Order: sequence, then C-alpha cells, then structure tokens
Amino acid sequence: MRIGIVTFPGSNCDDDTVAAVARVGATPVKLWHKDHDLRDVDLVILPGGFSYGDYLRAGAIARFSPIMREVAEHARRGGRVLGICNGFQIACEAGLLPGVLLRNDSLQFRSEMVRLRVENTGTMCTGLYEAGQLVRYPIAHGDGRYTADAGTVERLEGDGLVVFRYVDAAGEATAGASPNGAMHNIAGIVNADGNVLGMMPHPERALDDALGSSDGLALFESLVARVAA
Amino acid sequence: MTRFRVAVHIVPRKGLLDPQGKAVADALHALGFAGVADVRVGRHLVVDADATDARSAEQSVREMCARLLANPVTEDYEVAGVSVA
Repeated sequence: MRIGIVTFPGSNCDDDTVAAVARVGATPVKLWHKDHDLRDVDLVILPGGFSYGDYLRAGAIARFSPIMREVAEHARRGGRVLGICNGFQIACEAGLLPGVLLRNDSLQFRSEMVRLRVENTGTMCTGLYEAGQLVRYPIAHGDGRYTADAGTVERLEGDGLVVFRYVDAAGEATAGASPNGAMHNIAGIVNADGNVLGMMPHPERALDDALGSSDGLALFESLVARVAA
Repeated sequence: MTRFRVAVHIVPRKGLLDPQGKAVADALHALGFAGVADVRVGRHLVVDADATDARSAEQSVREMCARLLANPVTEDYEVAGVSVA
C-alpha cells in the first residue's frame, strides 16, 4: 500500500508522518507541493507544520499549491485524504472539509499532551479503537479553534461526523478540557462521504510510550486495514 | 487601463469570539478608556491593480475577498477606499 505525504514549504511533520506510515508496514511516498502527480498513492496525508508561514490565514495559501489540485481531484473521486494539524487547516481552506480553524481562545500556542474521546469508530482512522475510548495525543498549534456556522455543527453532530473530541480526565467534554476553545470541543471531523478526515492533534507523535503515548499507533493501523480492505 | 489602489478591511464577524479583540479591549480598559465597548482585530490590505475604472477595480477586489482574502465562514470585509495609485 502506498501512502503519499505532501511536503509544503513550511511543513515540519512530514518526516514524522513518513516514519509512522513505514512503522505500520505501508510504503510512504513523499510528494512535493509543486508535483502534479500523486504517483498512484492509495491515500494522501497532509501533514502538520506552518505551510507558507501561515500567511493570510493558516492553510489559505497552501491550497493553491499545484499538488492540491490533484489532491482535491483525488478526494472528489472518493480518494482518501487525512489532514493533520496544518493539514486539517489546509483541507478546510480547500473546501474538502467544512468550517475553519481560528486562533486559540487563549491566544497562546499550545504544545502539550491532550486527552481525546473517540466519537466514531466507523471512520478510516478509528476502526481499531473502541467506541468512547480515551486516547492521548500531543497537540502543537496556535490556530486550532474549530468554528463553523450553527447549521454545519448541528449536521456534524447529527450525522456522527465528529471523530475526536477534547475531554477531561473523566472523559467529559468540558469547556476546560479544550485547549483552544473549539466549538463542541471538536478535535477532528470527517466529511459525509467518509473519505476526508481532519484532526488537530498529532497521532504521528504518539507512537511510543517513551515519548508519552503510543495511542496513535492504532490510528495508522486502522488506516492500513481500511485501505487494504 | 489605470492603476487603482483599493484598500479593504477584513474583520472577524460580529458575534464570533475574537480573542485578540477581547485582549485589546481589556488592555484599553486597563489604560482607563472606560468607554470602549468592543474591539475586533482584523487585517487591512492595500491592493494596487490595473482596471478600466474605479468601479471595476473595486469589483475585482470584492471578488478577491470572496475567493481568498477573507474566509466567508468567519470574516466580513468592506472596501475602505478606492483611489488612483
């Protein structure tokens, strides 16, 4: 299985993502932002970082990269796309996912381990988790406050498209459990067709207990299991 | 064609939490500007563009706002001025 990882100017989690993909037995294929060809990958990952310096708005310029035309076309054909952190911001700016990621309500860049509740185990990233399972992934972002109009949020909730939610130690989605003020504590969502998923936390940085958590491993194993199916 | 200078304000939509604006409002209150009711922090862009007339220069910048410069989910924009560059 071939999994493409796009490098934009300013991406900084691309190599971690390559390592995560290789760890679960898939073949990582590095894609350059100027490429016009996805090189027959089964899945595209838009990794974290600060593409184009977050100029204008996070992700706003990256979506005009040549490769994004191919990624959007891939998604329109039903191809799978995973956006992590800056990749989530890019996917929203490109219209592949609804809503937008705004400046954290604290105005602080937050780099820390967070606790998430898996809200939907039917997605390409969560098949190997238990419903309601609590997992720990790190975050590292300044613009992670998921925001959308009320109708969109209602639809996401009603259709079970919220995949991860920030929760406290007791597993409750309290306001204090959110590191950024996201609506409904939303940390990750999937589109209605199920082929585009975006999340702010970094599963590729949660692959080893020595680094604080290995909870991200099951996300990449889920991806490989789903794409192979 | 004439070169026009179009200035545009882009601000967070009213009603949406603007933490930067709130922090600035709090600071202004701390300085004694008790009358400050609300502050929103946005962007001011100045676009120099060639167009046949001022109206089409403005129209063109409005389209730029709708497609790139502003995020339609959370931001409003207004053209602040059009002049010959």
